[in-house]
Amino acid sequence: MFRRLPEAAGDTVAFTLNGAQATARAGDTVAAALLAAGVAYCRTTPVSGARRAPYCMMGVCFECLVTIDGVGNRQACLIPVRDGMRVETQQGARAIVAEAHA
Amino acid sequence: MIRDVEALPASVEVAIIGAGPAGLAAAATAAGLGLSVLMLDENPNVGGQIYRAIAANPVKDHALLGADYWRGEALAQEAAASAAQHAAGAIVWSVSPLDGGGYEIGVSMGGRSRIIAAREVMLATGALERPFPIPGWTLPGVMSCGGAQTLLKASGLVPDGRVVIAGCGPLLWLIVWQYLNAGVAIDVVLDTTPRANWLSALPHMPAFLISPYLAKGLKLMDALRARVRFVSGVEALRAEGNDRLEAVIYTRRGRPYRIAADTLLLHQGVVPNINLSNAIGCRHVWDDTQLTWKPETDAWGVTSVPGITVAGDGAGIAGAEAAAERGRIAALGAAQRLGKIDATRRDREAVAPRATLARFLRGRAFLDVLYRPAKAFRVPQGDTLACRCEEVSAERIRATVPLGAIGPNQMKSFLRCGMGPCQGRLCGLTVAELIADVRGVSMAEVGYYRLRPPVKPISLGELASMPKTEASEKAVVRV
Amino acid sequence: MIREDTEIAVIGGGLVGAAIAWGLSHAGKRVTVLDEGDNAFRASRGNFALVWVQSKGLGMAAYAAWSVRSSNAWARLASALKDETGIDVAHQRPGGLMLSLSDSEQERRVAQMRRLHNQPEMIPYPYEVLDHARTKALLPDIGPQVAGSIYCPLDGHVNSLKLFRSLHASLSGRGVAYRPNRPVETITRDTMFTVAGPWGAVRAEKIVLAAGNGNARLAPHVGLDAPVRPQRGQIIVTEKAKPFLSYPLVTVRQTDEGGVMIGDSLEEVGFENVVTTEITATEADRAVRMFPMLAGLNVVRTWSALRVMSKDGFPIYDQSATHPGAFLATCHSGVTLAANHAFDIAPQIAAGKLSDDLLPFSARRFHVPQAA
Repeated sequence: MFRRLPEAAGDTVAFTLNGAQATARAGDTVAAALLAAGVAYCRTTPVSGARRAPYCMMGVCFECLVTIDGVGNRQACLIPVRDGMRVETQQGARAIVAEAHA
Repeated sequence: MIRDVEALPASVEVAIIGAGPAGLAAAATAAGLGLSVLMLDENPNVGGQIYRAIAANPVKDHALLGADYWRGEALAQEAAASAAQHAAGAIVWSVSPLDGGGYEIGVSMGGRSRIIAAREVMLATGALERPFPIPGWTLPGVMSCGGAQTLLKASGLVPDGRVVIAGCGPLLWLIVWQYLNAGVAIDVVLDTTPRANWLSALPHMPAFLISPYLAKGLKLMDALRARVRFVSGVEALRAEGNDRLEAVIYTRRGRPYRIAADTLLLHQGVVPNINLSNAIGCRHVWDDTQLTWKPETDAWGVTSVPGITVAGDGAGIAGAEAAAERGRIAALGAAQRLGKIDATRRDREAVAPRATLARFLRGRAFLDVLYRPAKAFRVPQGDTLACRCEEVSAERIRATVPLGAIGPNQMKSFLRCGMGPCQGRLCGLTVAELIADVRGVSMAEVGYYRLRPPVKPISLGELASMPKTEASEKAVVRV
Repeated sequence: MIREDTEIAVIGGGLVGAAIAWGLSHAGKRVTVLDEGDNAFRASRGNFALVWVQSKGLGMAAYAAWSVRSSNAWARLASALKDETGIDVAHQRPGGLMLSLSDSEQERRVAQMRRLHNQPEMIPYPYEVLDHARTKALLPDIGPQVAGSIYCPLDGHVNSLKLFRSLHASLSGRGVAYRPNRPVETITRDTMFTVAGPWGAVRAEKIVLAAGNGNARLAPHVGLDAPVRPQRGQIIVTEKAKPFLSYPLVTVRQTDEGGVMIGDSLEEVGFENVVTTEITATEADRAVRMFPMLAGLNVVRTWSALRVMSKDGFPIYDQSATHPGAFLATCHSGVTLAANHAFDIAPQIAAGKLSDDLLPFSARRFHVPQAA
């Protein structure tokens, strides 16, 4: 559970979280946006199904893996949140789906 | 700022990996000496961890974060004003030697990779927090102090509800102070500094007293004592809850105490991030005071692999100011090796950074010894997870040593610890210390995981798009 | 200094040494396994975990038969290990495939299989040549570039890390003395063998050289020859994914834990066990052409390992005439052949004599001039 300091200024960013509308501040990483939105956990592990949430916020722990715009296992703490982003929490191992490639 | 993989230069004289204090200072210095420089950092902005979001901070009240933080602004500006190029959101996943000299660097930006070349590579990848394996440390609601500090610096976010902060070390005190400035209600600070450390640190006290750290430390401690409840001499910690943190149990003088909590922030020091230097094949040494591995470096930051230098906390923990000076010194060394300046000028220009470095190294020994984390918090027991990625517990690791897993590489192949995406960043030290504990030998003897690229995950498609040769086709296809 | 006595000293604690030690222990022998340290080359740590038959034995029909035999006995080994240690090594034999990414590649592979099966003394085993459509029926996710495949019902795979763990747990439970950090430098013989290094010595009535590439140096100590050399292979491992691949391919398989393994290369580079981008890029490229939807999956690690490769690529099993009681076992398919090592080689060593059926694998074959 995290709250925004009143002195933290910035534009609002609108994204969807598990299909529902959510907002963040421009400059937030997706991980920060998730914590600000009150998300309880961002994934369950492929090994045991345990719930995990962001831990290090600097890209070394790999706990903050979420699906962003259909692509799974993205490190949310390294990706700035953008307008219209589709963020989904994950369950277990990554589902392999055919993706369009350039 | 380069934000697209296509815009990366095909080759530069010096590639600097990391845009924290060491990388920024090195980039500015090297570019100032006429070298072509590319600084690569995976974050959207410069500053590394300690100066995170320095160029775009949402927290407008300077006093809240502290004066030290804002020192980073000058460094960021110096690098920005120089001719050094900066690639943001650039993940370096491999560094390997080129036939004929120099290095090729695998860089991924926005999910697309490219190989670029550099005559020399400087690793300024800094440090990461020491693992803090306590029962329940993987529960949502438990986070590292550094992680919480990032949320504060880059997003102006602070924890709500009941907050417990536990561990030891200067960074712990810093975040407590920053939180108090921000009006965060901290329920308790649990200090795990072993009592005996005070005695061991005494011999280093004189140096500390004349170091820059004293004034900072005193100011902090002063401000904190009256304003937060704090418990010293904590011997054990446990995080409890079903699917998320609900309570923290701590032990003091043998007695357990339970405190309800929504957020537990852990910190027991930082350690060099050695994954890239390891994957490149640099020799590392075990520092038993700092309880870390660090790459072997000479006075100019050169490792055992020619053309690969390490600057900053990645070479050994010494703080942001020392990191900047080491960056400058490494840049001077590179400039001399690459023929931009001669040795005399190099040595002359290194005098000032070395003097500043010495000033900031003075007093570190006191901090290192005082805040050397207790074994109980480094070497877990029972079902506490040592490897978070593959969910391997301490007791399984202990039980596997007599089966033949006498070192971390054998242990990895027996139990999978270290095989996850973090590549040992959160388990390597713990696994090695567990093995050392069971075998009764030194960490130097136990060793560490042998790592290989990619040091950060890249997609198969990205890897597939990298250059191949006729020889590699023949070696793979074989029919 | 260590001074120990044992009945049989097995030199080498990898898959070959461990499987043989397991079999010897079951034959009632007192065994000591001498192994190197954490940083040893250890071919066993780097394997693709295939229990594989197809395409083996071109040049030696007996090797094809030997591989078939081991594949058939493997379930028995898996079951025994499960009973003894509780560890399920996830052995599966759904059949395996070798995919081709062009018509000419497919033609060459099919021609090779035909040559293999046309060898004199070859005992044929079932295999099928499949076109794109029939391959797709087995592997719905293959890409359009897959020209075809060869399927063999005798191919399978196992979780090789669990195999290793299970073997060691069994050895420990059965009282086999496993001794790491004991690199062997000399082997001498009077009434017993003395196997020695800087750590001390072990005396044994019999010894088994299962030291991988180290056998080349050790074999002459006991009047044997082990012309083996390191041959590098590099492997890619991805993050865990939900199950999508139920058959092992010779270069792509999904482990029971979800990660996808992709290989492999054959490189003559001496003892250099680094990973190179050109090779892993080539491997990744072929994997993505076989299964396009793998392109987005992340690589979490790569490794390279040094196979133990004999002159002709076939195993060497020998016993010394000049030093009776000294045996040698080496191969580059320690996973596939684990069952034979446990159920055939070990009992023969325990009884004191390798079967005549194994004569084709003796290193004496390298001294016989080839027929013109």
